[in-house]
Amino acid sequence: MNPVMLNLMAVLPEVVILTAASIILLVDLFLPDNRRHVSYWMTQFALLLALCITLQTMHIDAVRVFHNLVIDDLIADFLRLFSFVAVSLVLFYSRTYMTERGLFRGEIFVLILFALLGMQVLITANSFVTLYLGLELMSLSLYALVAIQRDETAPVEAAMKYFVLGALASGFLLYGMSMIYGATGTLQIDAVAQAVLGRTDNPVLLVLGVVFIVSAIAFKFGAVPYHMWVPDVYQGAPTAITLLIGSAPKFAAFAMILRLLAGALGGAEGNWQGMLIVLCVLSMTLGHIVAIAQTNLKRMLAYSSIANMGYVLMGFMAGDVTGFSAALFYIVAYVLTTLAGFGVMLLLSRRGFEADQIDDLKGLNQRSPWWAFVMLLVMFSLAGMPPTIGFYGKLLVLQSAINAGYVWLAVVGVLAALIGAFYYLRIVKLMYFDDPVDTSPIESRKDTRVLLSANGLSLLVFGILPQPLMGLCAVALVQSQYY
Amino acid sequence: MSSYLSLAIWVPIIGGVAVLVLGRDRDAGNARWIALLGALAGFLVTIPLYTHFDNATSAIQFVERRDWIPYFDIYYHLGVDGISVLFILLNSFTTLLVVWAGWEVIQSRVAQYMAAFLIMSGLINGAFAALDGILFYVFFEAMLIPMYLIIGVWGGERRVYAAIKFFLYTLLGSLLMLVAFIYLYQQTGTFALEDWYRLPLSLATQVMIFIAFFAAFAVKVPMWPVHTWLPDAHTEAPTGGSVVLAAITLKIGGYGFVRFILPIVPDASHYLAPFVITISLIAIVYIGFVALVQTDMKKLIAYSSISHMGFVTLGFFLFNQLGVEGGLAQMVSHGFVSAAMFLCVGVMYDRMHTRMIADYGGVVNTMPKFAAFMMFFAMANSGLPATSGFVGEFMVILAAVQVNFWLGFAAAISLILGAAYTLWMYKRVIFGDVANAHVAALKDLSRREFWLLGTVAVAVLVMGIWPRPFIDVMHVSVVDLLAHVAKSKIPMP
Repeated sequence: MNPVMLNLMAVLPEVVILTAASIILLVDLFLPDNRRHVSYWMTQFALLLALCITLQTMHIDAVRVFHNLVIDDLIADFLRLFSFVAVSLVLFYSRTYMTERGLFRGEIFVLILFALLGMQVLITANSFVTLYLGLELMSLSLYALVAIQRDETAPVEAAMKYFVLGALASGFLLYGMSMIYGATGTLQIDAVAQAVLGRTDNPVLLVLGVVFIVSAIAFKFGAVPYHMWVPDVYQGAPTAITLLIGSAPKFAAFAMILRLLAGALGGAEGNWQGMLIVLCVLSMTLGHIVAIAQTNLKRMLAYSSIANMGYVLMGFMAGDVTGFSAALFYIVAYVLTTLAGFGVMLLLSRRGFEADQIDDLKGLNQRSPWWAFVMLLVMFSLAGMPPTIGFYGKLLVLQSAINAGYVWLAVVGVLAALIGAFYYLRIVKLMYFDDPVDTSPIESRKDTRVLLSANGLSLLVFGILPQPLMGLCAVALVQSQYY
Repeated sequence: MSSYLSLAIWVPIIGGVAVLVLGRDRDAGNARWIALLGALAGFLVTIPLYTHFDNATSAIQFVERRDWIPYFDIYYHLGVDGISVLFILLNSFTTLLVVWAGWEVIQSRVAQYMAAFLIMSGLINGAFAALDGILFYVFFEAMLIPMYLIIGVWGGERRVYAAIKFFLYTLLGSLLMLVAFIYLYQQTGTFALEDWYRLPLSLATQVMIFIAFFAAFAVKVPMWPVHTWLPDAHTEAPTGGSVVLAAITLKIGGYGFVRFILPIVPDASHYLAPFVITISLIAIVYIGFVALVQTDMKKLIAYSSISHMGFVTLGFFLFNQLGVEGGLAQMVSHGFVSAAMFLCVGVMYDRMHTRMIADYGGVVNTMPKFAAFMMFFAMANSGLPATSGFVGEFMVILAAVQVNFWLGFAAAISLILGAAYTLWMYKRVIFGDVANAHVAALKDLSRREFWLLGTVAVAVLVMGIWPRPFIDVMHVSVVDLLAHVAKSKIPMP
C-alpha cells in the first residue's frame, strides 16, 4: 500500500466531513427553498458516514501522520464519535426551530460541518500549529453561526463579543505557544513533552508560556474569570446555535486541554495545577451563585455551564489518568444532559415564541408529564443527584481531587453543588408546583420526539448503569498513554 | 443467593412505574388499584425477610452481591441484620397505609402521587439494605426527589418553601457524607461497609469523618439545632407525605448512626458522646416545651417527633445494650405512633381543611369512633405503658439511669412533657362543647378510615404488650455492634 493512502486512513473522518461540506455548499446553490431538507439529510448522512468510518477504523495504537502533525489515537476516535453524535442530535432537535425562523438554510449546515471539521482537527492535533488551525476553524465558524440572524441585534452583538474575546484568547494561545517554542525549540507536542520533562534552558519562559496557554484554555472552557462571553453568547445566539455551542465544542475544549496540558506540558504539572485550582474554585462558586439571579433560561444554563466546567477542571487538576478520565466522563455526562435540556427548550419554542424564560416552563407537568420528566432528569443530572448520570460525573471528579490530596477542594465542590441545587430545584418547582401560563399544545416532529426521549432516558440509564461509559473513558485515555 | 431484598426494592419501584404508565389522571380509580396492588405486593415480598430471619446470629443475612461498577469497585451489595430488617418491614407496611390513606383524599394527579410513594418506598428499602457506600448514597439521595415532589405538588400553602428547605437541608448533610465516603474509599480501596468497619483511623481523622456523617444523619433524624426543616416539611406535606417522613425517613437518620457512625468511627463516637447526649437532651426537653405552645396540630406532632427522636440518639450514645435496643425500639414504635397521629390529623383536615387547634373543639360529640382511636394514639404518643411508645422510652431511660442518674432524670422529664402537650391538644380538639358549625357538621370515620386506623392501633398495641419479637430480632446484632464499638480503632504506634 502506498504511504499516502495510509496517511489518509488516519484522517478519513475529516476527509468525509470536508468533502461533504464542499458538496453541500455546491448542491445547495441549486436547491429551491422547499427542497432544503435535501441538504439537511445530506449533512446527517455525512455525519453517519463519518461515524461509521471512525468506528470501522478505530484501533488501539496511536498513528502519527503528516510529519507528526496529526495523531490518530483512541481518545481522538472517542472524541470524534461523541462530536458526531452531538452535532447530529443538535440538527435533529433544531430542525423545526430553524425552519420556523428561516434558519433552515444551506450555509447553516456548511458552517456547522466546518465547525465540526475544526473540532476534529483540534482533537487529532499533535502539533501546536495543527491545534491552533483546528481551533480557529471551529471558532470562526461558530462566530458566523452566532451572527447568522444578521438582521437581529442580539445575535450580532453576541457574535461581536464572542469574536473579539475569542480573538484575544487566540492571541494568548499563540503567544503562549511561541514562548514554549522559545523554551523548548519545538512545536510538536510529543517533542515538547520530552523537552519539558528533560532539561529546560529557560524555565521562566516556560512558566510564562504555561500561564498564557492556561488562560486561553480557560477562555475556551468559559471558566471564571474568562467567562464573560458565555452568558451573552448563550443568550444572544439562536437557541439552536446555543445548543451547538453548549455541546460538541466542549469535547474539542477537552481535547485542547488534554493535548496541551496533559500532553505537551505534563511535565510542568506543578506550574499549571495551582492555576487550575483557582479557575476551578472561582468557576464553581461564581457560576452557581450568579446563576441563581437569572430569569433567562439560556443565561442560567450558561452560568450552569461555567460552574460545570469548574468541575471538569477539578478532575483535570488531579493530573493523572483517574482525573483525566473523570473529566472526560464529566464532559460526556454534561453534554448529554445539555443536549436534552436545550432539546426540551427547542421543543417548547414555536413560531414567533422563544421558550427562553424560566417562567416559560411553568406548569410543564400539566401540559406534558413526559417532557417535564425529561427536564426533571436534566435538572437533577446537572445538580449531580443520583440516580442520574450527573452524579457519577461529580463522584469521579471529587474522587480524583481527594485522590490528589485536595480534600478541601472537594468540600468546596460539594458546597458549590449545594448552591447550584437551589436553582435547579427552582426549575423543577416551576414545572411541577406551578400552574401553566401557556397552554398551547407541544408539537414536534416524530424523529425529534423519539431521539429526545431516548436522550432523556439515557441520563437515567447511564445513571443506573454507568459502568460501560466510565470504562470507555478510562480505556480511551489509558490506551492513548495519558498516564 | 436469595433475592428477597432485591424484590423488596424493585417490586415497589416497578409498581410505581406501572402506575405512571398505566394510570391516567382521568381514570384515577385505575391508578389507585394498581398502586394498592403494587404496595401490597411490595409488602408481601418483605414478609419472608422476617419469617426466614435467623435471630441467633449477628451475621448479615439475605446477602446479594453483584458487580455494579467494577471500574470503581462498587458492588450491588445488599444484606440485612437484626438492626435493619425491621425497618424494611416497617417501611413496606407504611407504604401500604399511605396508599390506602390517600385513596379518596388525593384527587389531583393521582397516578403521580401514588407512583411517587411507591418509588420512594423501594428507594428507602434500598437504603436500609445497602452494604456498599455508594449504593447506600444513591438510594439515600434519590429518595429526596419523590419527597420533594410530594411536598411541593400536593402540600399546603407554604409547600414550595418547605419543599426547597427540606431538599437543601438534607442535601447539605449528605454531600459532606459523600466526601467522607470517598475519603474512606481512598483509604481502603473499597466502598464495602465491612471493610470500613475494620479500617484503623487516627482520632483526628475519625472526628472529621464523624462530623461529615453527623451532618448527614443529624439533619435527617433531625437533632436540635438542625431540626428546623422538619416542622415546615411535616406541616406542609400532604398526610401521606407527613406519615412517610415521620415514620420512615427520620429512621434512616437513626439507622445511619448505628450503621455508619458507631462502627466506622467508634473512638470519635465515644469522644464526642457527651456532645451528642447533650443535644439529644436539649431536643427531648426543649423541643418538648416548644411542642407545648404550638397552635397547629401538625406542627405539634412534628415537634413531638423531634423530641421522641432525641431518645433514639440518646440511647445510641449511652453505649449499652439497653440503650441501643431502646433507641431502635423507639424508632419502630415512633414509626407506628407518629404515622397514626398524622393519619388522625389527616382525617380531620380532610373534613375541615384546617390544622389549627383553635378551629376545633368538641369533636367527640360528632366523631365518637374517631375520638376513641385518637385517644389511644395520644396515649401511645405520651408513652403510656402497654403501648409501643412506652417500650423504647422506658428502656432508654433505664439505660440512662445506669450511666448517670441525672441523665435518666432529665430524659424522664419528657414523659411528663409528652403527656402534657399531647393530651392538652387532645383535650382542646376533642373534648368540650361543639365549637362551631363546621364541627357540628362532621361525619364520623368512613369504613376505609376505620380499618386504616384500626390496623395501626393493633400494631401499636401488640408492640406495647409483647415487644419480645421486635427486641429478639435485633438483640444479637446489637450485642455484636456494641462489642465492635467497644474496641478502639486508633492504630497502635
